[in-house]
Amino acid sequence: MTHSKKESLFIQAVKEYCESRVAVIGLLCLLVIIILALLAPYISPQNPYDLMSIDIMDSKLSPGSTSYDESVTYYLGTDSQGRDMFSAILYGLRISLGVGVLSTVIALLIGSVIGLWAAYRGGRTDAFIMRAVDLQLSFPAILVALILLAILGKGIDKIILALVMVQWAYYARAIRSNVLVERDKEYVEAVKCLALPQRRIMFGHVLPNCTPELIVISTVKVAGAIALEATLSFLGLGMPITKPSLGLLISNGFKYLQSGYYWISVYPGVALLILIICINLAGDRLRDVLNPRLKR
Amino acid sequence: MVAFLIRRITQSVVVLLVMSILVFVGVFYIGNPIDILIAPDASPAEYARAVKELGLDKPLFEQYFIFLKGALQGNFGNSFVYNEPALKIILNRLPATLELAFTAMFMAVLIGIPLGMVAGIRHDHWIGRNIMRFSILGFSLPTFWVGLMLIIIFSVQLNWLPSGGRGETVELLGIPVSFLTWDGLSHLILPATNLALFKTSLAIRLSRAGVQENLQMDYVKFAKAKGLSNSRIIGLHIMKNIMIPVITVLGMEFGGLIAFAVVTETIFSWPGMGKLVIDSIGVLDRPIIVAYLLITVTMFIFINLIVDILYSILDPRVRLGDER
Repeated sequence: MTHSKKESLFIQAVKEYCESRVAVIGLLCLLVIIILALLAPYISPQNPYDLMSIDIMDSKLSPGSTSYDESVTYYLGTDSQGRDMFSAILYGLRISLGVGVLSTVIALLIGSVIGLWAAYRGGRTDAFIMRAVDLQLSFPAILVALILLAILGKGIDKIILALVMVQWAYYARAIRSNVLVERDKEYVEAVKCLALPQRRIMFGHVLPNCTPELIVISTVKVAGAIALEATLSFLGLGMPITKPSLGLLISNGFKYLQSGYYWISVYPGVALLILIICINLAGDRLRDVLNPRLKR
Repeated sequence: MVAFLIRRITQSVVVLLVMSILVFVGVFYIGNPIDILIAPDASPAEYARAVKELGLDKPLFEQYFIFLKGALQGNFGNSFVYNEPALKIILNRLPATLELAFTAMFMAVLIGIPLGMVAGIRHDHWIGRNIMRFSILGFSLPTFWVGLMLIIIFSVQLNWLPSGGRGETVELLGIPVSFLTWDGLSHLILPATNLALFKTSLAIRLSRAGVQENLQMDYVKFAKAKGLSNSRIIGLHIMKNIMIPVITVLGMEFGGLIAFAVVTETIFSWPGMGKLVIDSIGVLDRPIIVAYLLITVTMFIFINLIVDILYSILDPRVRLGDER
C-alpha cells in the first residue's frame, strides 16, 4: 500500500516536471553532456594531452579542416599547439563538471555539519559561527576566492578548497534555520522520549529532514561553482596548465581572438554556456517540483 | 546606541586584524621572497645580509608587528616590479577602477529600473517574460564569457568599438577621467556594459517585485480614482516609491562591483587596480598583492559598518536584536 503510494508520488513528480518542455530539453542536454564528459577518453578522436598524438603542423586549423596527413578531421578546429578542439572540450567538460560537483558536495557536507552543530549547541558557539557566516557572506565570492588563491597558488586541490570556502557559509546558514524549525516538531519530541543520545537525534533524525531541499537547491549551485571556477581559471588563478578546464581553454584562445582564430576560445565558451544553462533549467524546475513550500 | 556602536566598531577592527594576519602569513610566510630578490649565485654572506636587511631573521610575530606598523602608516613596502611604494601604485590605478564601477552602476540604474518596471506591469506579456529571461541569463552567465562575446561582436566582427585599454583621458579636478572625450568614452562602453550586466539583472528583479507590490497599494487605487493617467501613476508615484529600496540595495552592492572589476579589467585590459593585482599575482609582486587585498577588505568592512550603523539608526530593531 505504502509502496504504491510512494511510486505514484514519484510518477506525479516526473509528470509535473515534464509539463515544462524547456526543462525536459535542459535535463536531456545535461545528461548527454555528463555522458560525453564521463566517456571523454573513449569517444574523443584524439587524446589532447598525449604529445604523441598531436602535431604542431596542424596548429590553428579552422573548423572542419583535415590534418595534414588527412587522417583526422577537426570539426571544431585546432588550437595553437595543434590539439583537436572537440577533444579538448570533452576533457575540459570533465574537469569543469568534476570540480563543480565535488566542491559543491564537500561544501554541502561541511556546511550541514557546521550549521547543525551551531543550532545544536546554541549560545556562544551559535553566535560565533553565525557571525563568521554573516561576515563571509558579506564579501563577494570572487573576492574570497581571490584572497585564497593569491595565498595558496594554483592547483586543482586549491581551487576545490577555494570553492568549498566560498560556498559552505550559505549551506551552514540554511541548515541552521531548517534545524531550528525542525527541532520543535513532534517527531523530535517522540525520539527524545526514547532517551536516544542527543547526537543520534540530531544526525539520525533532524538532519535527514533538513537536507533534501538543500540537495535540490545545490544542483543549481553547481552551475555557480562551475562559472566561478571558469572565471578564476580564465584569470590564471585556478587550474594548472596540465589540467585545462573550460575556463582555461577559453583563456588560452583569448590571445588569438584578435587575429581571427575565434574558434579556439569561442567553442569552449559555447560548451560552458550550454552546460551552465542546462544545469539552471533542470535544477530550477526540479526545485519547483520537489519543494513543497513553493507549491502552495 | 553608543554600546551598539562600540561593539560594532570593535568587531570590525578585530575582523580587519584577523584578515591582516591571514594575508600577511599567507603571502609573506609561504615561499621565500629572498629567492626572487637576490641573484641565485649570491654567496652565503650576501644571502645572510639580505635576510637581515629585510628583517626575515626575526620571529614571525615580530615581523608581523613591523608590517602592521608600516601598514597603518600606509607603508606596504616597495613593489618588486615597479620599485615604488605599493600604496602609491594602487592609488594611481584607483580612479580608473572607480570610473568603471560608477559608470556600470549608472548603467544598471538607467537600464535596469525601467526594464524591471515594464516587466512588473506587463508580467504576462511576452515583453515582460523576455525581460525576465534576460535577467536570468545576466545572473547565470559568467562575466568573463559575456565580455568575450562583446569583444567578438563589437570589436572583432563589427569593428565599432576598441577591445581594450582606456584611451584618451582628461583631467577633471585633478583626476584623470575618460568619459569626456569620444575616444575615452568608446573605450569605456564595452567594459562598463560588461560589468553592469549583473547589477542590471538585479535592478530588474528588484524593481519588478517593487512594481508588483506597489500596484496593489491603496495610494495607487486612490490615484486611479482621482482620474490620474496610467503613465503618471507609474512614471511618478510608483517610480518614486520603488527607487528608494532599489537604490539602497544597489548602493550596498557597490563593493561587489569593485571586486568584480578584477574580471572585467583583465578582459578589456582596463588599467585599474583589478588588472594590477592579477598581473602582480602572476609575477609574485607581494607588496602589491598584500596592499590590494587589505585595501579592498578594509573598504568592504567599512561599507558594511556604515550600512549597519545607518540601519540601526533607521530601524532600532537591528541594534536591539543584537543585544539579545
